[in-house]
Formats: sequence, structure tokens, C-alpha cells
Amino acid sequence: MTEHEPHDRLYVLDRTDLQQLFDALRTRGYTVIAPQIENNVIIYGAVDRVEELPIGWTDVQAGGSYRLARRGDDALFGYTVGPHSWKRFLSPPLRMLWRARKTADGFEFIDDGSPPPRYALVGVRACELAAIQRLDDIYTRGAVIDDDYQARRGAAFIVAVNCGQAGATCFCASLGTGPSVGPGYDLALTELMEGEHRFVVAVGSERGAEVLAELPHRAASEGEIELAEAIVAQAASQMGRTLETAGLQELLYRNVEHPYWDAVAERCLTCGNCTLVCPTCFCFTIEDTTDLTGQIAERWRRTDSCFSTAFSFISSGSIRTSAKARYRQWLTHKLAGWQDQFGNIGCVGCGRCITWCPVGIDLTAEVAALRAEDVGQPPAEPILEMA
Amino acid sequence: MATKRKPRLAVWKFASCDGCQLSLLDCEDELLAVTGQVEIAYFLEASRAVLEGPYDVSLVEGSITTPGDAERIREIREASKFLVAIGACATAGGIQALRNFADVREFTAAVYAHPEYIDTLKRSSPIAEHVFVDFELRGCPINKYQLVEVISAYLHGRKPNIPTYSVCMECKLRGAPCVMVAAGIACLGPVTQAGCQALCPAYGRGCFGCYGPMETPNTAALTAWWRDQLGMAPAAIQRALRTYNAGSEAFRKESEAYEHAHD
Amino acid sequence: MMQTALRTLQRPSTPVYGSSACKPYRCRVTRRVQENDDTFTVELTPVSARQHGAFTPGQFNMLYIFGLGEIPISISGDPADPDRLVHTTRAVGAVTRRMATLHEGDVIGVRGPFGTHWPLEDLKGKDIVIVAGGIGLAPLRPALYQLVANRGDYERVVLLYGARTPEDMLYRAELERWRARFDLEVYVTVDRATGDWHGNVGLVTALIPRAPFEPRNAAALLCGPEVMMRYAVQALQKRGVGAAQTWLSLERNMKCGMAMCGHCQFGPHIVCRDGPVFRMDRIQRFFGRWEV
Repeated sequence: MTEHEPHDRLYVLDRTDLQQLFDALRTRGYTVIAPQIENNVIIYGAVDRVEELPIGWTDVQAGGSYRLARRGDDALFGYTVGPHSWKRFLSPPLRMLWRARKTADGFEFIDDGSPPPRYALVGVRACELAAIQRLDDIYTRGAVIDDDYQARRGAAFIVAVNCGQAGATCFCASLGTGPSVGPGYDLALTELMEGEHRFVVAVGSERGAEVLAELPHRAASEGEIELAEAIVAQAASQMGRTLETAGLQELLYRNVEHPYWDAVAERCLTCGNCTLVCPTCFCFTIEDTTDLTGQIAERWRRTDSCFSTAFSFISSGSIRTSAKARYRQWLTHKLAGWQDQFGNIGCVGCGRCITWCPVGIDLTAEVAALRAEDVGQPPAEPILEMA
Repeated sequence: MATKRKPRLAVWKFASCDGCQLSLLDCEDELLAVTGQVEIAYFLEASRAVLEGPYDVSLVEGSITTPGDAERIREIREASKFLVAIGACATAGGIQALRNFADVREFTAAVYAHPEYIDTLKRSSPIAEHVFVDFELRGCPINKYQLVEVISAYLHGRKPNIPTYSVCMECKLRGAPCVMVAAGIACLGPVTQAGCQALCPAYGRGCFGCYGPMETPNTAALTAWWRDQLGMAPAAIQRALRTYNAGSEAFRKESEAYEHAHD
Repeated sequence: MMQTALRTLQRPSTPVYGSSACKPYRCRVTRRVQENDDTFTVELTPVSARQHGAFTPGQFNMLYIFGLGEIPISISGDPADPDRLVHTTRAVGAVTRRMATLHEGDVIGVRGPFGTHWPLEDLKGKDIVIVAGGIGLAPLRPALYQLVANRGDYERVVLLYGARTPEDMLYRAELERWRARFDLEVYVTVDRATGDWHGNVGLVTALIPRAPFEPRNAAALLCGPEVMMRYAVQALQKRGVGAAQTWLSLERNMKCGMAMCGHCQFGPHIVCRDGPVFRMDRIQRFFGRWEV
């Protein structure tokens, strides 16, 4: 991965010159992935032209509800996050890991893999950049490295965008993951709508600087810098949700047997939507298959969810058969276990799991409810309970 | 190597529309590979040539609706090593299981000039209510790739990769936006088993539940949301649950909960 | 806003870049022993001389049958003989049932070794109490080999082994040999006596109160069904063997073995990375907890 050294200087890129950024990225061999509207939802996909972005649209989100609305201006990034996340491109949901042929000597691998595509991810929000870094922890910082992810990640050019507004299900400010983008981007944009439509640009890497150098740009004025800061500060003040993180890990661990989990289980559909829209949920399963002749075998990697019963299957059956245990597993792993395992909270406050839960189960509300009914002390250890 | 006898495959039909058998014919490219690996011993939809049993694999389409059916399925079971019930009729009783909610004699009296000639059971029931079923492949109709997967898994002695989780899993994996969240459309996806690649939601329609209940369907929570948040009438909720898999336990019970509810 | 082209789940026709960590290496079956009705042992040797099966006692491998699937199985051979990879397992699923039919010369795939080990190096000078139930003896056998090979480094070495019936016992000839040694204390019990069994009848945990070891200087190594381990931990605690002196091996679903796939989550732990061997005090908040 390239060094991401933030440059102090801020620059200005006019809206009318943004297409040149897309062109410069494409010239460098990147496929530009950016927000766009499909089926009344803002998703991420390949784009060639700035006009393909959701210009003038915003989103109105609530637990279990998402609608698009007109903004009344021509903002390019005037919305928050939709059901897609960038993990779709950095860690695609279905991948063939290898293919092998049966031989007299067992088997041999055939059809070696090719280098993955080079993506420029345009419109990466602060919470999403933090989510990508969570995935880095899992796929590239352990004893074994996910080659495909690392290659995709290393090649990815990240154009981040500071949020100018927060949604009703946003809570990145609680987690310190936004709304202002942290380090790790190549270029970061703040969209200014007042006066001339333009972007304040921060440079986060050498290659970011190289790309910017090819575009018409100028140094940002004091006024423009202040305006950009005010816009992000405004977004920070608009967070629709909060998540109290103090003592969160112990809160979850000590309430492992709380009757509260039964109450959530009554509402939870165990459909897995929360894990699938979550930008940090990283679980996958391995599927081994053959063709009908049995001569060619393949190994596939498919996104999986801790909400399926097969997920915890061992020789004596599934460990987590109840909805209660599966919801508890998801929430406790995300907010507590993750800290033990990878040194961070696994949640970045994007709010997707709240909006895209078909029945609007709200992680922040669930944690608040648990906090209100906190048993205060750990339950007896199972071994002692037996005595 | 001495030529090994190819496993014999038979396809049987009970009360059904033939759609699932068509899925097998629809395999085209795959069908050639299938016939390369198995001997099709009984498949009237495809060939009049009939080989005697026993059969290694029997695919059974349709539900049991007559006393004659109930007898015939036992004979098929005896002649089959591995029996797969295919489709919503064979796994849940099919759309014809709607009769289970009413009096079948009233139907026959209303439909037929001479109802006394009609020899039918009170209920349309799935194959597993009558004989042991080795594997149930869901769907209305079944997905041909899943069918090839089941046959391939049988041939090579592995467990078929047929997930029992929700349609939402496939919907999200293909990147389709949720029609319930984004458009307020009632969708059975969260309580329905995957297998169709979320066909309807991907085209902006709510899931009709063709693959029957998923492994742990919370139908009560879903329909409560339909009623309270989407403003759906109890009768409409009941209708949504009473289609191809009306006879499945989870959908039947939930639909009965809306039996006497009125707006 | 029109409905644009509907994306389908892309099914790539070629493999991804790299993923060498997910590629099994080939091993040839050199021996297969039927231990009892449903349990068998396979011995493997890497096909390529460049591969070797070096491991530490308590670790596991992922064993792959061509096209059929891959499963985690603990290594039950001698760590001093890494070219002979030994695995004992029960035929319960599609993969193990096929494994039960392997012949000498057949080739299967292996990835590993993965996970933590019994900390024998740190337990020198201690009484070692091994408590195994059923097939739980398999991941403990490498520890026994290592203890026997370095017998002088340890005080008493006690093996408490329980099986359902005498026929279900693993490694019977070896158990006899160990029992014949003066420097090992081997106690065996069965849940149900059959045939000419004249030994102990009852749970393995019932052997703990009478077993000859000095609790304050003991280290207990446990493997078996979770419920058996819970009772064993309790019986050990009653004798004064605390959680910090007790290690046990856990079973969870495993797909990757690389701490990535998430399937072996157990509270704060990733079992394939932080386990399967855990010191009891590190997991006792969650061990035995319902559906964790």
C-alpha cells in the first residue's frame, strides 16, 4: 500500500472540472466506482461521467425505511450512505479461490488467478474509510494475508468526501469515525454549494498529489477552508443517533444472560440483512464443489452471515440455533469481541443496519435499552452455576 | 477400468403443474452433462422409454391429493435408493393445499357435474407426510442450478450446497435494493428460503415466498411490521401467506393468525 | 429514475489472484486403521518432499477430499515424526464418511497446522493430568508422546480416559502399553461395560477425586464433549486445580483456519487463532454458556 501522508495545503477544484478527475483516473487505468441511482436507491457502481452521480438528490432514512428526495440544488454528494458499501468491490461477495483437476497423483491446480481490477472509489465517506480500515485489520494484518483483498486494496485510489449533512440513522460522531474523513485517502473533497459550486480538496498521498497536479486547481482561500470546516461541523451536529461507547465492551459481556435478548429475538427476523449491509461484517464461508463428471473441483468463497444456523454448525449440530443467541452474537461481536480480537470497535456508525433492517431494529436503541437495564455485575460463571 | 453402471434416475409426477420437471428439461447444457452421468430410466415428460426399477435417484414432483397417489408414492419409495421431493407441491402441498383451509366436498360439488366420481383426499399434502424423503428441494418452480447441484452432490457423495437462510441473503449479495425498506412493498423475503437469487425483489416486486419458509422464519414479526408500518390489511396479509407454500407449517400458522382478524 | 440494468450475483469464471493460503497441499494415505465402529485413523505423508507436517501437540489441520469438502481435524500423531501426519476422526459427515473409505495410496489435501498447542514446554516440573473423553483423546495423544519422550522433565503423568463402551475406546493397544509403564498412571473408565470388561464403570470425571497428583503443582489438559469438560473443570477445582492450571481444547465451526472467515467466533476469541487450546481462566466467562 502506498504511503498516505497528508499534505497541509488545501486546494480548490471547480465543479466544472470534476469530470477531468474522472478522466484522469480512467487514463491511469482505474475503473471509477461512484454513487448512482438504481431502483430508487443510491448504490455504488461503475461510472464514466459526473452526470451519472445522483445530482440534486438526497436520502431520507429511518429505521426500516429509505426514500430519495429532491434537494433543491445540484449537489453531487448531498446524501449519506445507501445499502451498498465498498466491501463489495474490495471483497466481492462470491469469488472462486481455485480450480483443480483430478490427476493420477491426486489433483493439480489449474487456471491460475489473474490480478484483480484497479478501482478508483469516488465518494468514500469518513465512516466508510474507517470501515475499509477495519477490513484491512482482518484481511491483511493477521498471520495470513488475503492476497486478493490486498491486491484490490493496494490498487484502490480513494477519493473521499466529507459529509455536509448527516442522516437520521447516522452516528459516526459517537464513534469518532466521522463525519470528517481521517487519514487513508488519496484525495478528500468537501463540496461547497455557496457561491460557485466547487470542492475543497485535501491531498492524502503522493499519487493523490500526482492526480491533482493534472487537474486545474488553485490554493484554497481562508474563507473557503473555514466554509469547508463549518460544513463538516454542521454534519457532526446533525447526527440522528448516538451510541454511548463508554464501558460498552463490559456492558455487553456482563449482560450475556440478560432477558433483554429474548425481547430482541421476538422482533429479529434472522434474515441477515444487517450483516450484509454492514461495511465491516467480514464473514465468509467456503464451498467446495465439483462438476457433474467429478473431474474438476472448485473452491468458492461466499459472503456469510452469523444469522444463519449453518454458520455455527459443528459435529453435534448448530451452536446458535435460537434467534436470541444469533442476535446477541452479532451485536456482542461487533461492539465487544471485535475490540479483543482486532483492537477496535467493529462498528463505524454508518447506520446501515438500522435503515436496512426490514423491521427497523436499531442497534443504538438496543444498546441503550441494555444499558438502562444493565444487571451491573457479571452473571455467575457457568462452571460455578453447576455447583 | 470396468465400466461402472450409471446411476438410474427417475422423475415422477403427482398433483402439480409440471413446471419443476420443465426445470430439468430447461437445463439444456447441463442436461447433456447429467445424461452423461446418469441413465434416465423414467421421465415421461422427456421420453417414452421406461426402464424398470429399482432407481438410484427419484425426483418426485407434486403433492399427494388422492388415495391412489398415497399408494403410488409408497411404491416409488420402495423402488428408490435416494428420493428427492422437488418443488413447492412436493415439499409443502403446493397451491392446491389451499383446499386444506376449506371443505373439499364443497369445491367438488361446485366444480364438477358429477362430484361422486371424484375420489380425492381432504388435504393436499407433501411427500414427506407419506414416505421418508432424503432431500427436499424447494421452489415454485425449482431452480435448475440447484437441481443440478443436488444431482451432482448425490453422484459424488457430498452434501448439496443448498442454503436454508433467507432470500435477503441472495438479494443483498446480488446488490438489489430492499423493496420493503426502499419502497414500502410487503416482501416475504426475510422469512423465505433462498434459492431463486431474489428474482422478484430484484425486479422491484415483493417476494411471493415460492421457496417456502426459511430455517427460522419469524413470520409474526414480519407481518406485524406489514400491518403496523406498511398499513396492510389482515386479509391481504393472509392472502400473501397463502400461495404456493400455504401448506408449510410456518406460513399456514401465521395465515391462520389473520383468519378472523378484520380491519 | 428508471430501473437500470439489474445486477446479478457475478459468478466469476476464473479464480482470484493468489489465495495460496486456501490451497491444500497433497498428502498420500500411507495407512488407515479402524479404531472402532465409526472411528478411524489415517496416516499421511506429503506427496512433495518440500512439504512437511511439523506441528505442536494440540494443533489441527484442515483435511480436504477432492471436490467434496474440507474439515478441521486435530493432529493425533507424534510431533517428533512430522513426516507421518496422523489424524483420528469419526465418520459423521460427508467428508469424514468418505475419508473412512480411503485406501493406502489415495491422495487427499491438507492445510495447516493451525491454532494453539498444549503448553508442555511451560509445564516442566509439574504433575500433568490428562482428562480425555471419547474421541477427545486424539488431540491429546501428541501431548502424551511428547511427555513420554521427555519424561524426566515432568513429575507425575496421569491419563484419565473415558469412553462410552470398551469398544469405543481409541488406541487400545497403546493404552495397554502406557498402562504397563511404571512412569505413567493410566486410568480408564467406560459409561457402560460390555463383554469381559472388568475395569472402571462411570464417568471420567469420577476418576478425578482419586487420581494420584499433587493439585498445587498440577496442570490439567482436557479434551472431550463440552459437558464432560465442564464437569471435569469442576471436579478439578474441587481438588484445588484452579482455572489457571487447566487447559482445554474447544470445537467450533471452522472454514478458513486463518482468523478471517468468522465461523469459529467464541466470545472475545477466534478459536482457530486463539485456540483450540485455551487456558480455562481465559475463557471461563463464556465456557459452557448457552449458545455462545
